Amino acid sequence: MVEFTLWDIVRNLLMALRWTVALSLIAFLGGGAVGALLLCLRLGLGRATARAIGLYVQVFQGTPLLMQLFLAYFGLALLGIEVSAWTAASVALTLYTSAYLVEIWRGCVEAVPKGQWEAARSLAMSFGEQLRHVVLPQAMRLAIAPTVGFLVQVIKGTALASVIGFAELTKTGSMIANASFKPFLVFGCVALMYFVLCFPVSLLAHYLERKSHGRPA
Amino acid sequence: MAAQPDTLPATVASAATAPRVPVVRITALRKSYGDHEVLKGIDLDVLRGEVIALIGRSGSGKSTLLRCINGLERFQDGSLTVAGKPLLHDSAMAMRALRQQVGMIFQSFNLFPHLTVGRNVMLAPTLVKRRGEREAMEQARALLARVGLADKFDALPEQLSGGQQQRVAIARALAMEPQVLLCDEITSALDPELVGEVLRVVESLAQDGMTLVMVTHEMHFARKVADRVLFMHQGRVHEAGTPAEIFAAPRTPELQQFLVNLALPPTA
Repeated sequence: MVEFTLWDIVRNLLMALRWTVALSLIAFLGGGAVGALLLCLRLGLGRATARAIGLYVQVFQGTPLLMQLFLAYFGLALLGIEVSAWTAASVALTLYTSAYLVEIWRGCVEAVPKGQWEAARSLAMSFGEQLRHVVLPQAMRLAIAPTVGFLVQVIKGTALASVIGFAELTKTGSMIANASFKPFLVFGCVALMYFVLCFPVSLLAHYLERKSHGRPA
Repeated sequence: MAAQPDTLPATVASAATAPRVPVVRITALRKSYGDHEVLKGIDLDVLRGEVIALIGRSGSGKSTLLRCINGLERFQDGSLTVAGKPLLHDSAMAMRALRQQVGMIFQSFNLFPHLTVGRNVMLAPTLVKRRGEREAMEQARALLARVGLADKFDALPEQLSGGQQQRVAIARALAMEPQVLLCDEITSALDPELVGEVLRVVESLAQDGMTLVMVTHEMHFARKVADRVLFMHQGRVHEAGTPAEIFAAPRTPELQQFLVNLALPPTA
């Protein structure tokens, strides 16, 4: 049997870490874009749209991410659409992230006092101008901390993509643990890497929150 | 007055010449929230250059009436025109045109907290009136000077007192060069010692011929500045007249009671 040195373990995990980072970025950028689109639709269109988006949010928040990954991977295959683990994980995480972000952001928009909308409206601004120049800058400031905080959840959520065979950090960790018979060491390293990834993100959230406080946008 | 070189002298002139044209014409306006009717048929012509004070108990519909004039509230029945153009809730274009004619100042100031004082004043003219940056900035400086805040251009709203914030809000509304200015209890959220500075600005606007419709609890101010006082009661204009008629010789028991409750006896 092959002997694994600590360096072997770390090196392999670092290679796998790339995919965790890549998947997190896809989930966050994709989810952010879809979430922003849904937010605009929810704010700009009528009650029916708001209800439909509310349902979308409930579906994704009310089911485990694990099931969403299974459904994206095996469900699409059942429909005759052959998807790679990459695609399935990207799609599932994007939708999952968008559902949470649209809800976080909606809360932030609603936290902006009604008087701000009314003042902007009474100055003859269009709905888009009210949103862009008055409400969103204020909502964004409120949104920074919870949004970046949620990014940490997404990074950790990518670990679940291991169940559909996507070789990111967790999957690689369990493969090495099985081969090296050093599960504590290996998973210790895996946990440390997640921490190293997430901790700066949390710090960034705090920094941005402080920096933006009381400054004109 | 640098900001409005043409409009105001013209307003003053037309205010002096009869017959005067109504800037706002409200006919048989009814508004309800669900089953509860808050405005039960309001008729009101606001003439150019006129200062109208709406008084009455809270819940009498005076703020709702004011908010109907610029479309912040929808009404179910009746009609409302501003400068001859009807208010059409469902037409974004018509509402945008109408709101450029109607400025509004709120009880809670509602300045944009993320923008400096100067940007607060400049935002709507640059967006809605497509005014250039320089022109908008000059106008904003002139208007801020007019409300006595020339040195606050770069300050943030949170750095100002309530009275200063409300004066910025007045400058912001004036920047759109409205035909009529609506004031919704604009001194009610202020500490007593800050009320005077805001009222002085409003008074100077009135003297310059600005058309004003104000909901107010400042009876002394209403008596001094208003051309016409409307006492609202249970969703109707219950009594209307000159300040002298309303305050010195109230005819209806409701108005008499209202004035007594304010510790403002009609003989005063």
